[in-house]
Amino acid sequence: MSQIATTAGSLPQAGHGAGIEPRGPRPKPFFTPKKIIIYSVLVLFSFYFLFPLYVMVVTSFKTMPEIRFGNIFAFPGQINFDAWIKAWTSACTGLTCEGLSPGFWNSVKITIPSTIVSIFIAAVNGYALVNWRFKGSEVFFAILIFGSFIPYQVFLYPLVMITRQLGIFGTLQAVILVHTVFGMPILTLLFRNYFASLPQELFKAARVDGAGFWRIFFEIMLPMSLPIFVVALILQVTGIWNDFLFGVVFAGTQNYPMTVQLNNIVNSAQGTPEYNVNMAATVLTGLVPLIIYFVSGKLFVRGVAAGAVKG
Amino acid sequence: MKKFAVVAAMATALLGSTASYAAELEVTHWWTSAGEAAAVAEFARVFEEETGNTWKDSALSGSGTGANPVIISRIIGGNPMGATQMNTGRDAEELIQAGLIRDLTPIADELGVKDFYVDQSLLEPCTYDGKIYCFPVNIHSWDWLWLSTKAYEKIGQPVPKDWNEYVASWPALQAAGILPFGLATGWPFSGIPGVLMAGIGGSDLLIAVNRDKDAEAVRSPEFRKVAEALDHLRSVISPDTLVPTFGDVGNQLLEGTAAGNIHGDWLQGDLQVAGGVPGVDYECLPALGLGTQLSGGGDSFYFPVLPEGTDQAVIDAQTELAKIVISPEAQLAFNLKKGSMPIRTDIDLSGANACMKKALDLLGNGLLPSGDFALSSDTQQQLQDLNTEFLDDDGITVDDYIERYASIIEQAD
Amino acid sequence: MADTAVHAGEGAGTVVRPGFLKKTFLHNLPAKIAAVPMMATVIIVFVGCTLWTIYYSFTNSKLLPTGKFVGFDQYERLFATSRWNISVTNLISYGIMSLVFTLVLGFLLAVLMDQKIRFESAFRTIMLYPFALSFIVTGLVWQWIMNPTLGLQGTMRNLGFEWFTFDWIANSRMVLFALLIAGLWQGVGFCMVLMLAGLRGVDEEIWKAARVDGIPTWRTYISVVLPMMRGVLVTALVLIGSGIVRLYDLVVALTNGGPGISSEVPAKYVYNYMFSGGNIGQGLAAATMMLLTVVIIMIPWVYLEFGGKGRRS
Repeated sequence: MSQIATTAGSLPQAGHGAGIEPRGPRPKPFFTPKKIIIYSVLVLFSFYFLFPLYVMVVTSFKTMPEIRFGNIFAFPGQINFDAWIKAWTSACTGLTCEGLSPGFWNSVKITIPSTIVSIFIAAVNGYALVNWRFKGSEVFFAILIFGSFIPYQVFLYPLVMITRQLGIFGTLQAVILVHTVFGMPILTLLFRNYFASLPQELFKAARVDGAGFWRIFFEIMLPMSLPIFVVALILQVTGIWNDFLFGVVFAGTQNYPMTVQLNNIVNSAQGTPEYNVNMAATVLTGLVPLIIYFVSGKLFVRGVAAGAVKG
Repeated sequence: MKKFAVVAAMATALLGSTASYAAELEVTHWWTSAGEAAAVAEFARVFEEETGNTWKDSALSGSGTGANPVIISRIIGGNPMGATQMNTGRDAEELIQAGLIRDLTPIADELGVKDFYVDQSLLEPCTYDGKIYCFPVNIHSWDWLWLSTKAYEKIGQPVPKDWNEYVASWPALQAAGILPFGLATGWPFSGIPGVLMAGIGGSDLLIAVNRDKDAEAVRSPEFRKVAEALDHLRSVISPDTLVPTFGDVGNQLLEGTAAGNIHGDWLQGDLQVAGGVPGVDYECLPALGLGTQLSGGGDSFYFPVLPEGTDQAVIDAQTELAKIVISPEAQLAFNLKKGSMPIRTDIDLSGANACMKKALDLLGNGLLPSGDFALSSDTQQQLQDLNTEFLDDDGITVDDYIERYASIIEQAD
Repeated sequence: MADTAVHAGEGAGTVVRPGFLKKTFLHNLPAKIAAVPMMATVIIVFVGCTLWTIYYSFTNSKLLPTGKFVGFDQYERLFATSRWNISVTNLISYGIMSLVFTLVLGFLLAVLMDQKIRFESAFRTIMLYPFALSFIVTGLVWQWIMNPTLGLQGTMRNLGFEWFTFDWIANSRMVLFALLIAGLWQGVGFCMVLMLAGLRGVDEEIWKAARVDGIPTWRTYISVVLPMMRGVLVTALVLIGSGIVRLYDLVVALTNGGPGISSEVPAKYVYNYMFSGGNIGQGLAAATMMLLTVVIIMIPWVYLEFGGKGRRS
């Protein structure tokens, strides 16, 4: 246990990650039977993971006759952007034929503030739970974690009433509040684990110098927390971007996020379902979290590692 | 004198507000299939042309499971829309009791709705304590057997004239590789038992079960015939031939890959959009070609009470929309596109197609209460679960089905 | 500013009532103030709403929570409903399979990735990207792949493999495996990354010691390394477990409970009866049963994590 803490604790200053880099010298280009098995298994799994992405993208570039021909492996005869354009600008739900683009901007409007608020609060929570324990703090934490297991449906109805009492139902504030509340368990867990893995000497030294709660937080803890902030950022941006239930219930029609419009477009098939448009819309909706993930991949993995090592 | 003053004041208020400036009214509905969207566009068009207001369309896909919760939670949550469609039935009962739905009685009295509604029973679900809270805008009936002309051409048989002939044609259809019965996944199956009940079991059975909630009627020999017919039907349906939406079944019928389907009249909207002509490409048999009455429900428009401080222009727009959705012009335009029957017959229905004309004839015999009209959404949900399970699981026998159906009706309120 | 608050707080505590007040209320006052959002969330949402749910599950509330107390009526009806019973069975089967496969595959892949291989980051990227996609997207893609006529099955048959059958979403007996394939696709990569982090956190010295003692690699993994990864395992369990109990979006997008009701899950039952069924009492009774299950599962874990605190600090 102490070994783990040391390794994890040393990582932020070391700057090259939570030990996720392979150790030792570079692997030799020497193919033993063991290596062949390892690579075959990994390649096999890679097919499983890549296949749906391939199918999604390929289908979105096909025309409907090509799709009806019934070969999901086949490459499109020619790259055809019509389905993408339709999905983005003119796919219909009911009378509105604006495609996914309004939903995209709504998702942006929801995601940015929700992410910032929820991460800030969870970071403070984690910090208070580790460094400023007070009587009952662990009980609150336990209930919080427990709460992450309760199906959201349980809270939906009372939350509608609470947001109504607050006078914010059907506004951006309501959906930000709900995301903050439901992001709290896992984010607090992450920050708590991360702060616990930091060397306590720094904190103690600052205390001796007379620094208080907020000063230590902003001047000492935050600068050391980049990896975990990246994890939290990615978890929240993807989580909130991908959310359907809260968006549809709390955000109000004028703020419907992209997932809701995706579902509307796919499920309100008028006439023959246009699988190419559906797939293009699906890829478009998944694009933002995918880009964020690809851009920040390494930091993400490093952060996950840092947050997860200590239970 | 006093009455006149009130009316005059109302009129000036109305005129004043329409003249001053136009309002935007948000309307929620789940009319998202091709035919439905075309129909609701007619409402929007008439509303905008006549009043100069703007129809802000909020379509929500997924009717009962997707749209209803959103509509209800928005009304409860104090963020109501200007107007909403819901099924004519008991969904909004409690919203009305809680005072969240606007009382339309003054408008109803002014227009004299009781005089032109084709069947007074339609207004029953809208009426609470003698006041009217919603306006049904159409009459929908599930009681249609749709048959594909092409499929019967392929097997060289005449298109059946009733349910019994249709059932008799199944073996020949199957031998020719044609699906006897096309079906979409999910809720469409749960509408079928009610149709069989009205057609095979008869009007008395349907009234006893749906309106009087009489469990003994479910255990009667008449209902057993219905359950047996349903049992026979599921034997020609297999899960891998189900299609995603009811619109796809329409295409199957037009292509002749499926021979028949029982589905509500809104299927016709989609058949028309796809270019089908009744009598040529498809045939429709109301009440399975057996009965003389249709069971029905439909859609209604509700106008939630808007929060304090709402612009008077928006409230006036509600009033205007309420009048328009049941006006002759909008009724005609809407229902011809939707494939449903209008709520008033004092309009020129010569534009109606062959199927709707058959329906209008039967409407004169009185409307039977369909399940979505007379049963609470809770009971409907239970029946839907039972039907869905029955279709998929051959382990549930006819006896089990009857017993479970009876116990659901027993508990129904 | 902040530290004056601390001192002021402590000073006041000493003046008013030495000991007691200071200890319970004013000790760490800024921390307590900072934790107000958390406490509010816990008290109002997680505890308050839960109690509200339990209370109204004993009423006959329909569309609005206004019903009368009816005792255990809702529960009696719940357990007599075959859809509920099937939902519970499904969740248990899916849950066990999903938990086992996610953990085993995640661990196995992590071990393979830990063998000083080339292209590690490429493999990791490939395995982890589905985690960034929503269940709605996941469900839609797999629904398309598993579409019997136009998907994988249709393609293979068109290519001449007439015997090829992959109709799991249309087959009551196989549909849970269809859910599993999609669920694993989305979640295994994340579990792998967690496990890999755990593996890398194990000190090199331990491996050396194991090698010196002549313990085979696989045994070192199972009996030495795994127990040391307790923290990671707990995190993984919490994440996977809470995802399983909540399973909803994926089912709605992939199968919508079908064929028939063979892939129904409890969360969907709750949602359907509360909202489209307009029977809050029944929906909340189902929700309460889910809660109770979670409590029973979680008690040992909470005890392990928070019960034996002395050991940890």
